Amino acid sequence: MRNWTYILIAFAVIYAVRVLPLTLIRKPIRSRFLRSFLHYVPYVTLAVMTFPAIVQATDSPLAGVAALAVGMAAAFFNGSLITVAAACCAVVFILEMIIK
Amino acid sequence: MPKERKENLSPFVQGLRDGIPIALGYFAVAFSLGIAARNAGLTPFQGFWASVLCVASAGEYALFTLMGAGATFLEVALVTLITNARYFLMSCALSQKIDPGMKNVHRFLVGAAVTDEIFGITIARPGWLDPRYNYGAMAVSVPGWAIGTALGIMMGNLLPGRAVSALSVALYGMFLAIIIPPAKKDRAIALCVAAGFLFNWLFGALPALATLSAGTRTILLTVTLSSAAALLFPVKEAEDA
Repeated sequence: MRNWTYILIAFAVIYAVRVLPLTLIRKPIRSRFLRSFLHYVPYVTLAVMTFPAIVQATDSPLAGVAALAVGMAAAFFNGSLITVAAACCAVVFILEMIIK
Repeated sequence: MPKERKENLSPFVQGLRDGIPIALGYFAVAFSLGIAARNAGLTPFQGFWASVLCVASAGEYALFTLMGAGATFLEVALVTLITNARYFLMSCALSQKIDPGMKNVHRFLVGAAVTDEIFGITIARPGWLDPRYNYGAMAVSVPGWAIGTALGIMMGNLLPGRAVSALSVALYGMFLAIIIPPAKKDRAIALCVAAGFLFNWLFGALPALATLSAGTRTILLTVTLSSAAALLFPVKEAEDA
């Protein structure tokens, strides 16, 4: 039951975040600070969620570091979401096969 | 693919077709998300519905991590708000592409699946947003996402440890693919990403700060660093949100 409550809370918040701008806010946001703040939010959040978690996610931290480096390089050269994700997985798989 | 044929297809079918590669990518990433959900104690049925309802990689990952840590409901609401704030921006941009005469029911339905990828293909289409196109894209990509999550929960433990370890970085790879290309073009975003990495690592490593939960850390760092960036590098007035 507690799990369903968690899920429904997350759904309610995410749905509101997506639908409110589409339904209520029909004009662009005026405040320059607020617009700038919202502009930077996704990048900071995703950066914080990625590191150091990516290094701790793998069995060998070294493989995690390699996944970070390869993922950043693949993304730098504009790899698609799938390409970058697959490159990260591949480097961890290969490295851990060699290390162990 | 010849362009004339594409235009002859109904918008729904066009959406279906453009949604297929998205669905395949979602399936693979959702599988690794399912492994995180499994660790948090979700059943495949719960994971399936969490993914149908939320359709959010970072958001669901944060949700499952917090569930596993037994976080408070308030913490979940706040972190969900922060980790999905980018959808607010995307919906703001989409709202400018909506025909003022479009029925509200379409706004409510299209809004349910504003993801990075669906936003990307929607905004790339010329003219007003056609909800039928979005429904087509949603009809393949959302099931791919939800079934992938459920299968990850069911079969995550059947996979060899080495495969699980490799798959566990898929989500982070997807995050990198979202943040690195804009960072390459914009020095302020690059600084945001670097600061996010650095400060989150410091927060985890410094004894005095390590007691903060991961969720609190995410909120604290996002609000602080984004505010700093907004003050130091305000976006240009002409730029649309």
